[in-house]
Amino acid sequence: MSGILFDAIFADNLALSFFLGICTFLAVSQKLSTAVGLGLALIAVQGVTVPLNALIYHALLAKGAWGWAGLPEVDLTHLRIIVFIGVIAAVVQVLEMALDRFVPVLHRGLGIFLPLITVNCAILGGSLFMVERRYDIAEAAIWGIGSGIGWALAIAALAAIRERLRYADMPEGLQGLGAAFIVTGLMSLGFTAFGGLAR
Amino acid sequence: MSARDRLVSPLIRDNPVTRQILGICSALAVTTSMTTALTMSAALVFVLCTAAALISAIRRHIPRAIRLILQITIIATLVILVDELLRAYAFALSERLSIFVGLIVTNCLVLGRAEAFAMHHPAGAAVLDGLGNALGYGLVLMVVAAIRELLGTGALFGRTVLPLAEEGGWFAPLRLMQLAPAAFFVLGLLVWAIRSARPEQVERPEHRLAPEAEP
Repeated sequence: MSGILFDAIFADNLALSFFLGICTFLAVSQKLSTAVGLGLALIAVQGVTVPLNALIYHALLAKGAWGWAGLPEVDLTHLRIIVFIGVIAAVVQVLEMALDRFVPVLHRGLGIFLPLITVNCAILGGSLFMVERRYDIAEAAIWGIGSGIGWALAIAALAAIRERLRYADMPEGLQGLGAAFIVTGLMSLGFTAFGGLAR
Repeated sequence: MSARDRLVSPLIRDNPVTRQILGICSALAVTTSMTTALTMSAALVFVLCTAAALISAIRRHIPRAIRLILQITIIATLVILVDELLRAYAFALSERLSIFVGLIVTNCLVLGRAEAFAMHHPAGAAVLDGLGNALGYGLVLMVVAAIRELLGTGALFGRTVLPLAEEGGWFAPLRLMQLAPAAFFVLGLLVWAIRSARPEQVERPEHRLAPEAEP
């Protein structure tokens, strides 16, 4: 279990070793405070959707899930992509309403990022990896939280670096996007080293 | 904008990956070899063109409030189709692409073009725009994949081009090129190269060094 958590945060970091959610990762890492906000929102959504999707997958979609109804041959796994994206959109919507009602301060802080997260591939990718690696529901919950934390850690670190980098005197063409890619590459090297530490 | 412009301008000038920062998510992971990059590009060409045509054809009947859900449903249906076809006819390849075909659903490029272009233009123009953007995306994928596969394994499309040292040749492969960080480095350098060639794309720095003061 702790192996899954460690892998999810460092060695299998969604952003740095699987390139998931990189569009948002590069676009919203200009300021540390917004990056931390987005990271927190992602941990929350990831922590809810992955175990929920695991539950739905095992109860409705997996091969043989309809055995109790006398339909042991039914295999609905091909529907997983469309079901997962629906669940994610719904969870984000509910989370937004709940936050607005109970924690309005947090809602105002995260406001614009929540809807953005629906189309963040880190979220859908987390759920698809959960299926591919055959996690059960407890493992899925840990994987969801861990991968969320890993992604948040990575974006916070990148934003902090980019805040300093603003004062650097770089070649013109490298300014902005180019430099962000190179820095992300260096961070990715660092996180790969953490992977060696786990084994 | 003429039809030709619509098709050609996203190839380099307005390239979706290096200029609009769209669709990078799935772009980098499949670039360890040319074969996977080509398959991914073909899948994206199919999904983007078909989605653009369908969405543009029904654009007058889509209520504004539910347009995003509708677009995602159409895109997800097409992606499932591609995924199942790959599984049926090229199972080994689909195992190597792992979850990344499924992730075309959340590829911001597809939804971005549907929302920004196909919703407001007739089907013919929307398909051309989709084709241009998908080819631009494919072009970047192929370039990055070519560099990573050639330097990382000495092969292109799995065929040896540079004879390896361990098999009696002279080329010692750079293992780093097959790992994740190399994708970031190669794409960063590619962005640098494109912007050096086209200075109008350079982002203005927020701060500049003050000119050296006389001591």
